[in-house]
Amino acid sequence: MMDYFFYTEQMTVGYDGKPLIKEIEIRLRRGEILTLIGPNGAGKSTILKSITRQLKLLGGAVYLERQSLAKMSGKEAARRMSAVLTERIRPELMTCREVVATGRYPYTGTLGILSGEDWEKVEEAMELVHVTELKERDFSAVSDGQRQRILLARAICQEPELIIMDEPTSFLDIRHKLEFLSVLKELVNKKNTAVILSLHELDLAQKISDYILCVHGEFIERYGTPEEIFTEDYIRQLYRMTKGSYNAAFGCLEMEACRGEPEIFVIGGGGKGIPLYRKLQRQGVPFAAGVLHKNDVDYQVAKALAACVIGEEPFEAICQQTFQEALAVMEKCSRVFCCLDSFGTMNEKNGKLWERAKALGKHVTEV
Amino acid sequence: MKKKIYGRYVMAFGLLIALLLVLFVWNINAGSIQMSVGEIFQILTGNGEDETARSIVWEIRLPRITAAMLLGGALSVSGFLLQTFFGNPIAGPFVLGISSGAKLVVALVMIACLERSYVAGSWLLILSAFMGSLICMGFILAVSGRVKRMSILVICGIMIGYICSAVTDFVVTFADDSNIVNLHNWSMGSFSGMTWDNVAVMAAVVLAAFAGAFLLSKPISAYQLGEVYARNMGVNIRAFRLLLILLSSILSACVTAFAGPISFVGIAVPHLAKSLLKTAKPILVIPACFLGGGVFCLFCDLIARTVFAPTELSISSVTAVFGAPIVIYIMIRRKKAVDRE
Repeated sequence: MMDYFFYTEQMTVGYDGKPLIKEIEIRLRRGEILTLIGPNGAGKSTILKSITRQLKLLGGAVYLERQSLAKMSGKEAARRMSAVLTERIRPELMTCREVVATGRYPYTGTLGILSGEDWEKVEEAMELVHVTELKERDFSAVSDGQRQRILLARAICQEPELIIMDEPTSFLDIRHKLEFLSVLKELVNKKNTAVILSLHELDLAQKISDYILCVHGEFIERYGTPEEIFTEDYIRQLYRMTKGSYNAAFGCLEMEACRGEPEIFVIGGGGKGIPLYRKLQRQGVPFAAGVLHKNDVDYQVAKALAACVIGEEPFEAICQQTFQEALAVMEKCSRVFCCLDSFGTMNEKNGKLWERAKALGKHVTEV
Repeated sequence: MKKKIYGRYVMAFGLLIALLLVLFVWNINAGSIQMSVGEIFQILTGNGEDETARSIVWEIRLPRITAAMLLGGALSVSGFLLQTFFGNPIAGPFVLGISSGAKLVVALVMIACLERSYVAGSWLLILSAFMGSLICMGFILAVSGRVKRMSILVICGIMIGYICSAVTDFVVTFADDSNIVNLHNWSMGSFSGMTWDNVAVMAAVVLAAFAGAFLLSKPISAYQLGEVYARNMGVNIRAFRLLLILLSSILSACVTAFAGPISFVGIAVPHLAKSLLKTAKPILVIPACFLGGGVFCLFCDLIARTVFAPTELSISSVTAVFGAPIVIYIMIRRKKAVDRE
């Protein structure tokens, strides 16, 4: 316990004296990123607000380097911990640099006048998150993505040992999501800062976090490394997914498959089939996919979207039995489409299937 | 780049001080007895030969001018503090009904004193105005806990203002005739009839509260990012909010106690000060509000005194003419900003 930089002991959080989540145990070292995931309304923000002392703890304690956070003065806590929150701020007549400069608050004197050194820290923080060119712009006139990065710069120039962020990427487009998180990673590497944040984007959470805390229900459901948390079954359970599926390898979501008797048989492989699988799913046409090796990227998607998938063991040539199985399914379909231009030794039998389809007159060249 | 910004601040303060000086001299000059600048200078330095002119300047005009500057500054700073508290540029002691609440309590105390043929002193008036301010403030805070929309809050404030004014008019009408004219003038808002004793008391109160507000510059600047961020920066929100309320109430109470309710200065001046400085940094805006409030009230008092001389207009009518359009402008601009989001 002692060698952790940040830890909580039996932390219980909630509103108005009513506990929402009980006995939370978090352990974090310097330079590590912890991400909170979980369904809407599960209490991710409540946990973060309790750590930043906006909400009173209903039980337990939070420690920063063995010092209880509850016993720290406002100033000391501000010097060690800063936050990027979901509250939208609308400061009047403030340039971006002035917003960043408010991060120096815990270090300035009675009147809050910044020294030359303070201004250098402000510039440095703006450089780190690549917003230097915005410094003279009015804060209310910049885009959401830029605002978010400026607030990160603000949090950085507060020189904290711990940064708390509540859904910092929610309003950002994909480019800015990536940029934001790369900057965060850079910060963690350079300054050895610890970060606790909440994210809705599971794919990003999987990629940047050292630890994942799954918030769901009265107690913390799971706490572990991304490898332990991001499995198809667990994510499905955590979010109570009833339609569609989560793909752990890609970190992406797939829509619900069209069930029923397959109308069309798609011969795919090597990623060639995916666009057609998605198109058929959109159109609501049940389809069969075959014959796909189980290590093929098409297999992953087909499994989520196809009414029926005929698979073969990895690196094996398609065997007679699988071929017969595929043939039986194909014969029930009214149309057959082939996404492949050529066939190799491993999937030679797919070529045979296609020949057969032509012989049966079921082959189509357009869907 | 930095130099240019500081240049702007120096220019802004230079302009305010220059305006204040010009209006100061002009205000001494204007009135039933006209004087040249040279004569005024002589009188001020104690070398004047004309005894009547000397007493007019020293006993009537100077206390009035000083009071107008101090109270104008007090109103503007009070408005700025309230705007910070509610996070809205159209908050002010007058529109929130705080001035009218103070007025009501002061009128009651004055009448009670008159009936016992006792003249209420400056401190008693300030204290009663402060009580009235706090009562109305408490009411506004109770409403603001229920409704978050500023427009509804302002409507509530205006309604409270009307109720308080109506009750004041009622008690004034049925009070003893003696001194009623004076009381009536006061309840409409006026800088007339100031004595040096009044000025000494208001200077003590206003300057102390102004210093207090200036020392709050740092937490105010944090609070401009919103309560949550301010807390995260280590501001003790509860104590800070309490101080804001107390200081703004003391300032506006002091104004009401001596000059009656004065409208719109508390909204117009902070807005003009921010536009002039092109920043909302409290460390600059608070002194600029104080100076600007002085300029604004000297200007309005000059008009109130001279335009229809010898009849005096109530100061509130004049400040409303200049202040209300600014309030409308701010509301339209805010609406546009909200629509754009």
